[in-house]
Amino acid sequence: MEQTHTGSYTPYHPRWLRRRLSTYWWLEKPAYLWFMLREGSCMFVAWFTLYLLWLLDAVLEGPLAYELFLAWSGTPWVVALNVVTLGFVVFHAVTFFQAAPQAMVVRLGRRRVPPGAVLAGHYVAWAAASVVLWVLLRGA
Amino acid sequence: MIRRHPEPLLWMLFSAGGVVSAMLMPVLVLLFGLAYPLGWLTPPASDRVRALVANPLAAIVLFSLIVLSLFHWAHRFRHTLYDGLQIKHLSEVIAVVSYGAAIVGSAVAAYLLWQLS
Repeated sequence: MEQTHTGSYTPYHPRWLRRRLSTYWWLEKPAYLWFMLREGSCMFVAWFTLYLLWLLDAVLEGPLAYELFLAWSGTPWVVALNVVTLGFVVFHAVTFFQAAPQAMVVRLGRRRVPPGAVLAGHYVAWAAASVVLWVLLRGA
Repeated sequence: MIRRHPEPLLWMLFSAGGVVSAMLMPVLVLLFGLAYPLGWLTPPASDRVRALVANPLAAIVLFSLIVLSLFHWAHRFRHTLYDGLQIKHLSEVIAVVSYGAAIVGSAVAAYLLWQLS
């Protein structure tokens, strides 16, 4: 059976039982605002993905285009945007790893790996990946 | 006939993109977004970056990062507009635009990395 999210009729949940929410419900409590900021982090993930595509395009075009990209990346508004982006991607990483032990149950043999160890594993992998990229991308 | 719902697949892409971007993006933002532009560190030469992304393993990692991050964004963006901002009447348009943008971005990434290989 297929369920539609947008139909005017949904089984078991008559419309008149629903409380109408304000569009700005997420401004009502700090916890709701944090939720919205966490969801909003995806916009900065998208921005930096585009940034990486521009970087790849510049590398493909050659050394001059690469230099121009580096110069552009140093302009005040790009730097300002990337400062905010760094804050949001770190926030995204921390909140995503926090949810990981609940989202995945890791088993070793018949025993469940404790959630704390799953969380710690994510942080170790994060640190290792960061160090590897840092070393690979060192300037001459 | 049972119609398969795409939601589980889209959620898997969202989740995988969330993990990959969380692992790799902060250091990349720090390096290419701040450390190199502000002169804290010397940026790698163009040839060095080119040689690096020509490596098949690096290309696969980079391609996964870009594609999964785009689908991570598309899924979260769509659901935030739907549940968060309650924009329900445009849900089909928003879905087409967000997943469509992710597909276009993925194609661009594939083209660039192919040319660089």
